Amino acid sequence: MDFTTQLLIAAISAGTPLLLATLGGILNERAGIIQLGADGLMLMGAVTTCIVYLRTGNLWLALLATVAVTAVFGLLHSFLCVTLRANQTMSGLAMTLFGSGLSAYLGKPVSGIPLPGTSPKLHLPWLEPIPVLGPIFGRMDYLTWLSLLLVLVLHLLIHRTSWGLHLRAVGDNPATADVMGIRVQLIRYSYVIAGAALIGLAGADMVLAYAPTWNEGLTAGRGWIAVGLVIFARWNPLRALFCACFFGALDSLGFRIQLLGSTVPPYFLKMIPYIVTILVLMYLGYRNRNKPSGTPEALGVPYIREQRF
Amino acid sequence: MKKRGRSLTFSLTFMFLFAVILAGCGGNNAATTNTAATKAPAANTGNDGEAPVATEPAAEKPTVAFVYIGPPGDGGYTYQHDQGRLYMEKELGIQADFVENVPESADAERIITELAQTHDIVFTTSFGYMDFTLNVAGKFPNVKFLHASGYKTAENMGTYFGKNYEASYLSGIAAGKMTKNNQLGYVGAFPISEVIYNLNAFALGAQSVNPEAKVSVVWTNTWYDPATERQAAISLLDKGADVLLAYQDSPATLQAAAERGAFAGGNDSDMSKYAPDHYLTNPVWNWGPYYVKAVQSVMDGTWKSEQYSGDMKDGMVELAPFGNKVPDEVKQLVEEAKAKIISGELNVFTGPVSDNQGNVKIQDGQKLTLEEVLGMNWLVNGVEGTIPQ
Repeated sequence: MDFTTQLLIAAISAGTPLLLATLGGILNERAGIIQLGADGLMLMGAVTTCIVYLRTGNLWLALLATVAVTAVFGLLHSFLCVTLRANQTMSGLAMTLFGSGLSAYLGKPVSGIPLPGTSPKLHLPWLEPIPVLGPIFGRMDYLTWLSLLLVLVLHLLIHRTSWGLHLRAVGDNPATADVMGIRVQLIRYSYVIAGAALIGLAGADMVLAYAPTWNEGLTAGRGWIAVGLVIFARWNPLRALFCACFFGALDSLGFRIQLLGSTVPPYFLKMIPYIVTILVLMYLGYRNRNKPSGTPEALGVPYIREQRF
Repeated sequence: MKKRGRSLTFSLTFMFLFAVILAGCGGNNAATTNTAATKAPAANTGNDGEAPVATEPAAEKPTVAFVYIGPPGDGGYTYQHDQGRLYMEKELGIQADFVENVPESADAERIITELAQTHDIVFTTSFGYMDFTLNVAGKFPNVKFLHASGYKTAENMGTYFGKNYEASYLSGIAAGKMTKNNQLGYVGAFPISEVIYNLNAFALGAQSVNPEAKVSVVWTNTWYDPATERQAAISLLDKGADVLLAYQDSPATLQAAAERGAFAGGNDSDMSKYAPDHYLTNPVWNWGPYYVKAVQSVMDGTWKSEQYSGDMKDGMVELAPFGNKVPDEVKQLVEEAKAKIISGELNVFTGPVSDNQGNVKIQDGQKLTLEEVLGMNWLVNGVEGTIPQ
């Protein structure tokens, strides 16, 4: 395997939790609700996976429980933001702090205990002989396949179906959507809940694919990267795939450059993803200066029926 | 409508940068501060009934407090300190308090101050607490402070640490024997002396049984971040290394190695349970006996400030049990070297040793003093990598 293939494999594996969390964030924000709770949700997802997997020994049950628990967090977030019209930034930050605190508390009894298994891989022997594609897709985690599938499904859902049209309408102009007979609150609730569950799966992937055990603060802030990637991808699932792999690649590129004998300090290498982000944002901002930004217009604004804007 | 959309974009962009910065400086901070803040009063309420002991003569059984950098459940560094605390509690019949997740910032000084008001002995268990401990020690002359891994002392403040490089050397012997292609990898935490002398000892150990062995090193600049450490391990495996040792607390390196059929070890505690068939061994801390001794000497009134350095001989530094697949002959080689280290016959840093630029750093027959080891800032010959400045 050459350098590029190895880097691609590393990028996809490092990008999977980022991608799942970013897709979750996109669903949330397309419906007009800001999602800043990603890190807390990922931690809750990770701890739930660990607890259930250790207690039952069944991975699929663990993933199911993860989806259920983080969906409850999504329900709470949407109740606060949609029904009570609370400040969405505050609610999101509360989710992060609550999630990290609660996961640390719940995780105490299982902390440091190894899981019975790691992320299961889908083995496709017929793919293996093909160069480049074989090593990348021949043995990939189920969760990675799921995330790639979701990119396609969500892209089609958002841009090619009437459900997606409703979703975008709710995110851009809930008043108009309401007039059209779209149930704004129901749509917001369902997408926030679905988004939270996806972010929970991102946490599950972190614990299954990186370290087969629960430890407090396992995500080391990865949820915040996902929060950024939602904006970086401009609320588009296809771009989210690219962005997640890009960040995944940068994550591992730093070490590869160290190993090539470069004398560039690793501190500087660690800064690269962020410097690149700023440069790309500047470039995109300049190129799209006369175009709509892609931000859902009603993002962060609670919808109150019959209220004038 | 349009206008709001744009200002929203601005604020979101701003938030993104903010998020990126947060993540960049270790997103953990918010959470850790939080836990520490809620924990600190809890540690105090436990002693509500007692008057501030600092102003009174020491009671028969001293009150003891520990300051931890991580959670006791980290399965690594803090876990070992906590095991030491439990051992001490059992041996001496003392109930000790602890505060976990204390960041190495001004918060630490506040927490150490609060603990000093109600305790006779305070153990601060991470390097970054050094200056804060020193400041607080100046204010509470009747309280004894013991700081792990630092170099500053005071009348009522001592330090303690151990020569864990002795165990790194032994891990190196095992790695040097186990490698098939003579390529070893070291996942370094931070490029500081503590990690550098362990890396060097690992390389010297490997070369002592396998002169062809080379050690590639990458620096993660993390103590605990499984995702980053996994990437670092995989980049070493991709380069061809077939035996890895990591200095961080997470088993991420071991898991990555296990997936590729390679061998690996971690640090601080026995990590065999994470991948018994791919586990090598690694240095382990055993703080319990030292904690008993220190607290006992305060009780006896014989305590005085010192820079205590434990080793394999007094048991503060140990080697974890070998993994399932480590052959007996390798084990035997390691055991022989271990006996020599304990008897004093073998000193890890004995000349001739040159650095990886070709300069002679230890003359033939010369041995490094402990101070020279603790200030090490060069890599031995055979280590492929650099120390970032």
